[in-house]
Amino acid sequence: MTAHVQPTPILGPAAEPQEIDLAELDHSLRRPRTLFSYCLSVLCSILALVAAVPLVSVLLMLVVRGGKRLNLALLTQLPPAAGMVGGGIGNAIVGTLLVIFVGGVLSIVIGVFAGVYLAEINREGALGGLVRFCARLLTGLPSILAGVFAYTTVVLWTGRFSPLAGGIALSLLMLPTIILTTEESVRSVGAEMREAAIGMGATQTQMIWQILLPTALPGILTGILLALARGAGETAPLLFTLTFSDFWLKGHLMEPTASLAVLIYNFSKSPFQNQKEIAWAASLVLVLIVLALTLGGQALSLRARRMMGAPR
Amino acid sequence: MTAIESTSPREVIQPGDVGRAPSAREVTIDRWFRWATRILAGFSALLVVLVVLLVAKQAWPAIEKFGPGFVTSTKWDAGKNQFGILPEIFGTVVSSITGVALAAVFGVAVAVFLTEEFIPRWLENVLKNVITLLAAIPSVVYGLWGIFVVIPAIRPACNWLHERLGWIPAFSTPLVSVGMAPAALVLAIMILPTVAAISRDAIAAVDPLVRQAAIGMGATPWETILGVTLPMSKRGIYGSIVLGLGRALGETMALAMLVGNVNIMSPSFFSPADTLAALLANKFPEAASHLDLGALMYAALVLLLLTLVVNIVGELIMRKDIAGGSGMRKDIAGGSGRDRGPKRLGTLSRRHDEEVLE
Repeated sequence: MTAHVQPTPILGPAAEPQEIDLAELDHSLRRPRTLFSYCLSVLCSILALVAAVPLVSVLLMLVVRGGKRLNLALLTQLPPAAGMVGGGIGNAIVGTLLVIFVGGVLSIVIGVFAGVYLAEINREGALGGLVRFCARLLTGLPSILAGVFAYTTVVLWTGRFSPLAGGIALSLLMLPTIILTTEESVRSVGAEMREAAIGMGATQTQMIWQILLPTALPGILTGILLALARGAGETAPLLFTLTFSDFWLKGHLMEPTASLAVLIYNFSKSPFQNQKEIAWAASLVLVLIVLALTLGGQALSLRARRMMGAPR
Repeated sequence: MTAIESTSPREVIQPGDVGRAPSAREVTIDRWFRWATRILAGFSALLVVLVVLLVAKQAWPAIEKFGPGFVTSTKWDAGKNQFGILPEIFGTVVSSITGVALAAVFGVAVAVFLTEEFIPRWLENVLKNVITLLAAIPSVVYGLWGIFVVIPAIRPACNWLHERLGWIPAFSTPLVSVGMAPAALVLAIMILPTVAAISRDAIAAVDPLVRQAAIGMGATPWETILGVTLPMSKRGIYGSIVLGLGRALGETMALAMLVGNVNIMSPSFFSPADTLAALLANKFPEAASHLDLGALMYAALVLLLLTLVVNIVGELIMRKDIAGGSGMRKDIAGGSGRDRGPKRLGTLSRRHDEEVLE
C-alpha cells in the first residue's frame, strides 16, 4: 500500500514526488513502532501506579496504627515516661499550635508587605527582582538550617530554648511561600480595578488596602494556609530551638516546649511499645492538622479562581 | 490597617470621599506605607545573606582551627577534639543522588502519565491530589513509616542480594536495620512530588498544536512524547530534578531516623551511614563545648553552601523556562511570582485544544 505525495513547493523548484508507505500509519500492534509505543505506555502507567503505592501505605499505617490510640485521653494527657502505660500528647498539641501561631504572625506581617512590594510598588525593578530571587532561594533552604539560624540568633541571645525561637525558625520557612503567593494574588487583580481606584483619586496605599488586598484575600489566605501547613510539619528546626518538655506550658513564651513533631521523633526511637503507639497516634494527629490546613488552602484557592473568573 | 476587614469596596467609599486629590495626610501615609513595604521586602532578601553570615560567624572558631582539612577528614571525636565531615558529605551526596535518580524516573513517568491523556480527566485529578498529599506529609512521619514499614519490607530482598551478589561492593554488607538503602528509598518518595509537579507543569505548557502536528504526521504517541514533548519541556524537567536535588541534600528528619548516623564511609548500600543534616540533628543536642558547636556550625555552613549552589543553578534553569508558575508547582513548592504571559498562553492553547477536539 503506497501513495505518491506531491509536496507543495513553497520556495524554489518543486521537490521530487516522495513515496510514502501508508501502512506505516496503521496503528496495529503488529507493527514494531506501535508495539514499542504500547509497551512504553504500559511501562509508564506501571511506574506511575507504583509511585502511588507509598502514599496508600503511609495513609493506611496512619489510620490503622494511629487510629488505635486516638481518643480523648490521648488528646488531653501528658506524654508517658519510659515504661509507663497510657498517657497522651496534650502538651505537644498545644506547643505545636503555639509555635505555628508565633511563626505565622511574624511571617504573615513581613510576607504580605514584601509580596505587596513585589506586586505593586516595585513590579519590574532590580530590587524587586532580587527580593523575588532571594524568596525563591529561601523556599529551598533546608529546614534544619532555619533551626541553626534561629539557634545562633535567638537561643544564644536569650540563653534559652523557647517557642519564640521555634517560631522565628518556622517563620523563615513560611515566609517565601507567603511572599510569592501574595505577589501572585495581588498581581492577578484586574487592571480596571486599579485604574478605577486611581481615577477616583486614591493614593497607591488606599488602592492597595481598600481594593487590591480585599480582592486578593482568598489567594493570600491560600498561601498563608499552605505555609502554616508546611510549618506545622517541620521537625528539624524545632530540635534546637524548642527542644522538648514533658510538662504543660507554664504560660510564658520563654521555656522549652513540647511539639508533636519532636515527640514523634523521640518516641520513634523508643524501645517501649506504648511510646511507639503514641508516636503513631501523634503522627495521625499531625497529618490531620497539616491536611486540614492544606485542603482549606486548596478550597480557598479554588474559590479565588472562580471569583477572579480567570481560567487557570 | 483596618480597611482590610471591609471586604466590599462599596462600604469604605463615602460620597465626597472620591474624585478629589489625596490630602496631605494621605500622601504622607502613602509614602510611609511604601517605605514599610520596601524595608520589609529588603529585609526578606537580606535574610539569605544573614543566614550565611551568622552561621559563618558561629563556625569561625572551627574554620580557624581546622581549615579546609575539615571537609577531608573522616574522624568525629568530640573527646579528642577531632572533627571531620568527609563521611557525612559522602553520605549526603550518595543518598541524594540515589534518591533523585529514583525520583526522576518515577516523577517524569508520573508527569507524562498525568499529561498525555492515558486516563480520564477525573482520575487525572485524583492522582494529582494524591501527589499533592504526598508532598504534605511531614518528613518525620515518613521517617516513622520508614522504620516500621520500609525497613522490614526491603530487608529480605536486600539480604538476598547480599548473599547472592555480595562480591559487588554495593551489596557487600547485610542490611541489619537502618542504612543507606531505606534512607535513599524514602528520600526518593519524599522528593517525587517536587519532580512530578514541576515536570508536569513543564509538559503541560508545551503547545498542543505542536503535539497535534506530530500526531498528524503519523507519529505514535510515544514517538510524539520522546521526540517532541519531552525535548520541548526538558528545561523544566532538568530544573525539577535540580530543585529536587536541593531538597534531598537538606532533608533532615527522615534521614536522621533511617540512615543510621554512623560515621563510616562504606561503598555498600546496606551499610549504615550519615549525612550532614542528620549529623546536625543528632549531635546538636549533645554539643557541649564551644569548639564542638563550632564544628557543627562549620558542617551547617558546608551544607548551606551546597544547597545554595544547587538551588541557584535550579532557579537559573527554571527562570528561562516557560513552566514557571502554573498549578501543581504552587501547591507543592509554594507559590511563584511568574504568572504572566507563558502560563496564560498555555491555558489559552489548552482551551483551544479542547475546542479543536470537540
